Amino acid sequence: MHKILLKIAQVGLRSEPPPPADEVLRQGAARLNEEVLRLLGRALAIRHVDAGSCNGCELEIHALNNPYYNLEGLGIKFVASPRHADLLLVTGPVSRNMEEALRRTYDATPGPKLVVAVGDCGCDGGIFGENYASRGRAANVIPVDVAVPGCPPAPAAIMQAIVTAVTPVAAVKR
Amino acid sequence: MAPLLPGIQLEQIAGAVPAWRAAVDAHRWRSGCEAVAHAGGRLAALWASDERDAAGGFSVRALLVTFEGLACLELALPEQAPAYPDLSDLFACAARMQRAAFDLVGVRAANPQGATPDARGWLRHGAWRDDVYPLRRDVRPGATLAPDENRYAFVQVAGDGVHEVPVGPVHAGIIEPGHFRFSIVGERVLRLEERLGYKHKGIEKRFESLSLQEAARLAGRVSGDSTVAYAWAYAMALEGIAGMQPGRRAVFLRALLLERERIANHLGDLGALGNDGGLAFGLAQFSRLKEDLLRSNARVFDHRYLMDRVVPGGVACDVDPAAARALLEQGEQLASELRSLRAIYYDHSGLQDRCITCGRLTPRTAALLGIVGLAARASGHAMDARCHPGYAPYGELEPAVASHRNGDVAARIVVRFEEAFESLRLQRLILERLPEGELRAPLGAAADGAFGIGWVEGWRGEVIVALHAGAGGRVRRCHPHDPSWQNWPALEHAVIGNIVPDFPLINKSFNLSYAGVDL
Repeated sequence: MHKILLKIAQVGLRSEPPPPADEVLRQGAARLNEEVLRLLGRALAIRHVDAGSCNGCELEIHALNNPYYNLEGLGIKFVASPRHADLLLVTGPVSRNMEEALRRTYDATPGPKLVVAVGDCGCDGGIFGENYASRGRAANVIPVDVAVPGCPPAPAAIMQAIVTAVTPVAAVKR
Repeated sequence: MAPLLPGIQLEQIAGAVPAWRAAVDAHRWRSGCEAVAHAGGRLAALWASDERDAAGGFSVRALLVTFEGLACLELALPEQAPAYPDLSDLFACAARMQRAAFDLVGVRAANPQGATPDARGWLRHGAWRDDVYPLRRDVRPGATLAPDENRYAFVQVAGDGVHEVPVGPVHAGIIEPGHFRFSIVGERVLRLEERLGYKHKGIEKRFESLSLQEAARLAGRVSGDSTVAYAWAYAMALEGIAGMQPGRRAVFLRALLLERERIANHLGDLGALGNDGGLAFGLAQFSRLKEDLLRSNARVFDHRYLMDRVVPGGVACDVDPAAARALLEQGEQLASELRSLRAIYYDHSGLQDRCITCGRLTPRTAALLGIVGLAARASGHAMDARCHPGYAPYGELEPAVASHRNGDVAARIVVRFEEAFESLRLQRLILERLPEGELRAPLGAAADGAFGIGWVEGWRGEVIVALHAGAGGRVRRCHPHDPSWQNWPALEHAVIGNIVPDFPLINKSFNLSYAGVDL
């Protein structure tokens, strides 16, 4: 036990401040009014859905929970069921084999629900595109509020997309 | 020296790894595989192709691993009712590969009675009809196919008190999608049946609409966590086809990238294993160390996961002396942190209690299933393509193989620690001995119909790319093969008799790729 405590003391706090919201990432008009967002605050519950990624984006989503990004420190946490979620974080081009699962996950999420599409594949299908097995971007299957490009997008960029989704338009610095 | 397969004339395939090929008839297809199986060899990959526009009919290929190297047996199949002798009795891992080959190309494995051992779809979940085969050349690259019913007959376990627990495809964490069907009594798992293929996104079809150069980027995205291994295996295959060898500095840098990919993934897994074993402290510490490594990757190589740094002909990055010093210094610090965390993990009775004897895969079961990579090494099979047959630059770096014989979660943790230390040692050697020379050389022309193979030991196990060049520098057919093909069935065995709550820990200890096998 003393070794664990010693290590914790030696390492100290590593968390960094979160990035600000960025209006560029928003897809279309903001759907949630300020009052809802104020109530929600940053106590946000996220359900991740991998709809067919290469698993690169998952690595960066994992990184959000490391001590540097410390997403949970902002009150944002990943939950095990869409029924507990406020926001869906969708990665990958949507494979035909995951299309129904993604729709059902979306339907199981209580409103008002937000969707953030992650990575080049989530934004436009990426290198995989659309074919007999891939529906391409997430917005081809469910409504998307914010999309963050990158292959994969860095954790700070994903964090920025999440923060943008829950920040009223008026509060985003231009 | 070529492997000896009775009655089969093998012809060498040019490239960085020892590999041979031979066209065989159905009899020799079977006898060749029997000879390899009985001599202790194994099946590395199996895939089918549509050849109706070229040699006619279809073809199926079995890539075998012998002591001497790889042997690729090629069997031509008729256009009408294409079927080939089933290999799943010789190599258990062939079963799913054969099912995938049927779903994509429509060539059927048949046993001596003419029956297909398992005729259920694997990649086809109902996104296309069962009389359509998307990898055939008459299906256009961007085509949309009519959907079909999606039914799947899981194996039922009967008996008093047996019940099923279905899990997935959307899992309760940040994980890739797949379905697990547990048959349990009380808390104990009697049987686990995996159903994968949810991420199938037509990668092999996509390859065929790309040039040989462009396809390198796609190869690096088959399984993102192994991007360096795939990009290197693809480059190796293409360089063999083009008859060129990358420069010494380039291969040293490739090895540096591959070892850093190995370290990053092992750090991530060691943290997650601690967490799943109830030691959240481990996740916090290892994810911090992994982030440090990724940030230095971004500084030195301009990409956190090193995507697109290995390119056909060489590498798209370099290390200057200042960066080399920084990497060396960071390596020393990381080794010291790893030593202190290893002591904590090995001393922690709670964690050890969860991991020792949990999810055991005996050396015998591992051999019967033909498993590979890290999981094989933790079950007593000291195989590692970097060491044997080896490929440049590993011959002069002499990597040590980490191995353990218990085959439990604890053994897979031990192997990860050992390999992380070894990769740090290799990183030091590479940076100290980094030769001068060019980073990327021109490739030269790839002949229409030429065939190349890449074989790289990624962090999870051997990554193989089989590449057929087409006319005008295009990809005719590319089959990327993930070690998870071999190792997923092993997970079904490792969980037998364990309690359901230990499944996440056991699953994590293998940490297999869904994307890599779903393609």
